[in-house]
Amino acid sequence: MLSESSLKKIDREVAKYPAAQKQSAVMAALAIAQDEKGWLDKDTIACVADYLGMAPVAVYEVASFYNMYDLEPVGKYKLTVCTNLPCALSGGAHAAEYVKEKLGVDFNQTTADGRFTLKEGECLGACGDAPVMLVNNKRMCSFMTPMQIDKLIEECK
Amino acid sequence: MALLGAINPLMTSGWAGGDAGWRLKDYVARGGYEMLRKVLTEKVSPDDVIATLKASVLRGRGGAGFPTGLKWSFMPKNFPGDKYVVCNSDEGEPGTFKDRDLMRFDPHSVIEGMIIAGYAMGAARGYNYIHGEIFDVYQRFEEALDEARAAGFLGSNILGSSFSYELFAHHGYGAYICGEETGLLESLEGKKGQPRFKPPFPASYGLYGKPTTINNTETFAAVPFILRMGGEAYLNMGKPNNGGTKLFSVSGHVNKPGNYEIPLGTPFAKLLEMAGGMRGGRKLKMVIPGGSSAPVIPGEMMMDLTMDYDAIAKAGSMLGSGAVIVMDETVCAVKALERLSYFYFEESCGQCTPCREGTGWMYRIVHRIENGEGRPDDLELLTSITPNIMGRTICALGDAAAMPVSGFIKHYRSEFEYHIENKRCLVPRDVQWAGSTFYTGPSC
Repeated sequence: MLSESSLKKIDREVAKYPAAQKQSAVMAALAIAQDEKGWLDKDTIACVADYLGMAPVAVYEVASFYNMYDLEPVGKYKLTVCTNLPCALSGGAHAAEYVKEKLGVDFNQTTADGRFTLKEGECLGACGDAPVMLVNNKRMCSFMTPMQIDKLIEECK
Repeated sequence: MALLGAINPLMTSGWAGGDAGWRLKDYVARGGYEMLRKVLTEKVSPDDVIATLKASVLRGRGGAGFPTGLKWSFMPKNFPGDKYVVCNSDEGEPGTFKDRDLMRFDPHSVIEGMIIAGYAMGAARGYNYIHGEIFDVYQRFEEALDEARAAGFLGSNILGSSFSYELFAHHGYGAYICGEETGLLESLEGKKGQPRFKPPFPASYGLYGKPTTINNTETFAAVPFILRMGGEAYLNMGKPNNGGTKLFSVSGHVNKPGNYEIPLGTPFAKLLEMAGGMRGGRKLKMVIPGGSSAPVIPGEMMMDLTMDYDAIAKAGSMLGSGAVIVMDETVCAVKALERLSYFYFEESCGQCTPCREGTGWMYRIVHRIENGEGRPDDLELLTSITPNIMGRTICALGDAAAMPVSGFIKHYRSEFEYHIENKRCLVPRDVQWAGSTFYTGPSC
């Protein structure tokens, strides 16, 4: 089950669309559910489906199509480093190597203490600020030099 | 980072205040919402609005460069049901980061452009689909919408007229394909973002099956400025068939990566100079002039080109979204292509066989060439795959994946051959991507 406050947030999203088009709110609803639960398990997906009057498989299809949804548990902090070409030219690929070495994990792995999951990003849309990293899908960190990365990892307790 | 430079700025003219100048009161102080007021209170006819856009030769800023006025005129006039206006802010084409700054520093210009679009096309509802990874910008846009509602620029009987219009923001969640307009519509309907076959085009069968017009963020933001200065004056800022100014996102090996607004037709050499020139004084090797899908152009050829749709197309590439990726001599063409090919493989939606299978196939071949395992007939194989993807898929992602491959091979064939023959890179490993400055700091 989702909390009252999550359901309220979902209601606000549903209101953006015509009355017969509740399904349009599914992306937002999954994001809200993921914020509450940390990741999307089958029960959470079923709960979103039930709330929006959709078939669970239709909700699962959406959850598995967009890459910011997590269908497996992730660490407390999910770090997404963009390594695409424009970022790599200004240190994106080097930044990813640096984080891997510092945390001792590869992409799609979680540190043993459950604090960090590392992901490879595909264009976060901020190439001019490279190297860039996204924390938990929400916080964009720009110009991530080794010093900035050290500071960020220190902050994420 | 705010605007780094401009010549005759329009859309970025309000960016001076940076993160402190985006609110409604700031926009109104700059003359914002005056054009909406004029259109509604002076009862300018929708046809006149569209005629002004046609005269301006504003071309779609998302990548295709289709004339905006013409697109708007395709919407059925006397349609009895709902019609929609949709803004494509799903900015995910590698190298492009202009719409993010537009919505961050001047969200109300996008809102005003979308309201005027609704009026001109007789739509009562609009959606702005915002790229998933820029949550802070999505939040700001929502706040700007609240301000516009509170001020009476959105809602029923706007400014005392008979025109009513609602506008909402929709947050994407990480799928490059949703930048394709019909993929975006599917996504907006709460489905996988798999593009639709065209025809029917969105103007007749769009969101929820209703007539819909989709434009890029920058295109909408230009509308109030065009109405203010007049279509012809806007056209004359650029060059014939390439009206006005455009935002260029400059990334890669320049001293000042960032957004620049310049009139279309400005020489590339001038843009490079504005971006602080080449980082570390290294030599320019190649430029991707319009986002990762655009074929690469060698540096010396690029230095003679102007930044507009027609000049870049004539040189065999595309102006696309205006994302200029600058690469110096430390970049290996094979390695650069390998990363781009991986991107298209990762982002193919899987709907059409030539793209789903072809993007993976191309990536695996380029990957093995880069890693010293290339085979003698690999280049022939690659050049036989690309024409079997291009034009054979529902949407343009297949073309977008194939064009970089054929572009890099066309201009840098000898580097690919060297890799295959010698099992190593022409650019020594310790020099490769020295320009990244991650370990050395930005001055090197």
